[in-house]
Amino acid sequence: MHELTQPLLRVQNLHCAYGARAVVRDISLDLWPGEVLAIVGESGSGKTTLLNALAARHAPTSGTVAFAMRGSGLQDIYALSEAQARLLARTDWGFVHQHAADGLRMNVSAGANVAERLMALGQRHYGNLRAQAGDWLARVEIDPSRIDDRPDTFSGGMRQRLQIARNLITQPRLVFMDEPTSGLDVSVQARLLDMLRMLTRQMNLAAVIVTHDLAVARLLAQRMLVMQGGVAVETGLTDQVLDDPQHPYTQLLVSSVLPP
Amino acid sequence: MDQPEASSAAPVRDPHINFAYLDERTKRMIRRAILKAVAIPGYQVPFGSREMPLPYGWGTGGIQVTASIIGPDDVLKVIDQGSDDTVNAVNIRRFFQRTTGVEVTTDTTAASIIQTRHRIPETPLQAGQILVYQVPVPEPMQHLEPREVETRKLHALQEYGLMHVNLFEDLAHYGHIATTYDYPVLVNGRYIMSPSPIPKFDNPKMHQNPALQLFGAGREKRIYAVPPFTDVESLGFEDHPFEVQHWDHPCEICGARDSFLDEVLTDDQGSRMFVCSDSDYCAKQQALHTPPNTLPPETV
Repeated sequence: MHELTQPLLRVQNLHCAYGARAVVRDISLDLWPGEVLAIVGESGSGKTTLLNALAARHAPTSGTVAFAMRGSGLQDIYALSEAQARLLARTDWGFVHQHAADGLRMNVSAGANVAERLMALGQRHYGNLRAQAGDWLARVEIDPSRIDDRPDTFSGGMRQRLQIARNLITQPRLVFMDEPTSGLDVSVQARLLDMLRMLTRQMNLAAVIVTHDLAVARLLAQRMLVMQGGVAVETGLTDQVLDDPQHPYTQLLVSSVLPP
Repeated sequence: MDQPEASSAAPVRDPHINFAYLDERTKRMIRRAILKAVAIPGYQVPFGSREMPLPYGWGTGGIQVTASIIGPDDVLKVIDQGSDDTVNAVNIRRFFQRTTGVEVTTDTTAASIIQTRHRIPETPLQAGQILVYQVPVPEPMQHLEPREVETRKLHALQEYGLMHVNLFEDLAHYGHIATTYDYPVLVNGRYIMSPSPIPKFDNPKMHQNPALQLFGAGREKRIYAVPPFTDVESLGFEDHPFEVQHWDHPCEICGARDSFLDEVLTDDQGSRMFVCSDSDYCAKQQALHTPPNTLPPETV
């Protein structure tokens, strides 16, 4: 099986600059199917820029990002036509925004939000669409009786879960998440993380999660990448990095977490 | 300054105004946009919409299209909500009488150009006729995607999932598709198009119509077209297909059962009657049959 011999996402020597200011410098990484990678670092370290470059949302200055397309193997995502890239972004990929309002249509019902990707793929049977939307609402622990309510009547945690359902309904293989739990209170965060962990396991879903919260990284990610000033100062297994940090910045980061 | 003629007298051609009001170069520019629109059915072609002596919302797009295609031998019919004698229709007809002096008619079959607001005539159109629509909002996805850069991209890439989100919302809230006018259509299997605010009752008439259909949006500066004998399909779901309105009553003036009916309040006691919205069709039906005027007006 090529899935075992080939990574899902291969990033080589990625540089991103805004004008003369380099924001991401020389990042290389491989992401394997079903693997969750956390990108941690302080504010302004280039985490979100890196995520956008990986998700074909912001072209890098140099370097390549290749994704294992179904059927055709690793392909440079910035060499795809716009139509192909947009199709990829709404079938095999998901993108969970920090603010749910950026990723949802706030003026249409939860059911339509969840089913939108299926309709974009040409499904035209209302009964089936609605059944699948209800099924996904249940999977992200939203009461299916709220299927006709608009997301602006939902709490912050529910909106975030709705956004996840909307992204996962096409059974993507890779999801990008930008601070998915920030702005939620701790108990809601815990439930969301629990749910994400379960879904990534069940669906063999690979994910790249940007976070400044080491607890999120520890719970979800198998591997992490620590960024400072646009450079990956340390990468490794999550437990290894958190328990035995090598780089002075990682040591500082780990030691600045308040004990509960 | 002379007073305008009484409304009963036909206005005469004003020789101080260029034929059909617009200057010749403007007409050529609009004709080029029309040719492009006909070549790409359903595609919205931008054009340099001119300031007209009527305000936006009164059909400036349709008037500019008509002005660019009309010639001295044309016979013009203007309708507003199906009727030849409502304010918008009367004023646009007078405008073209004064600026072109062409023959005008209320007879659908006698007209070579029909400018319409919100209806397609009940009498089937013939090859050679041109139907000009007045369009307020040309972009069918504007409601869900306000960014025009984005909607143009969606059209280019044929990403039309959004249109079904709209219908899905109707079904979720009302149990049926509650969109009754400006019902989106797929033209020639390629572009999603707003048919302008015609009732969805008229949508099937657009399909494979022998006449040329031109759409002008003056404020939004867009022209689009459905060439003769082109497929026009109204959107729907497999389990909730597109349907047109039906009435339990015939027209109470002419007795027609196949036309689009307007509900007209007749007094302040709640009496109402259902009558054809197409005034020309209603008059012809009356001439054909003995009018079943004996029906008592329905009281609720």
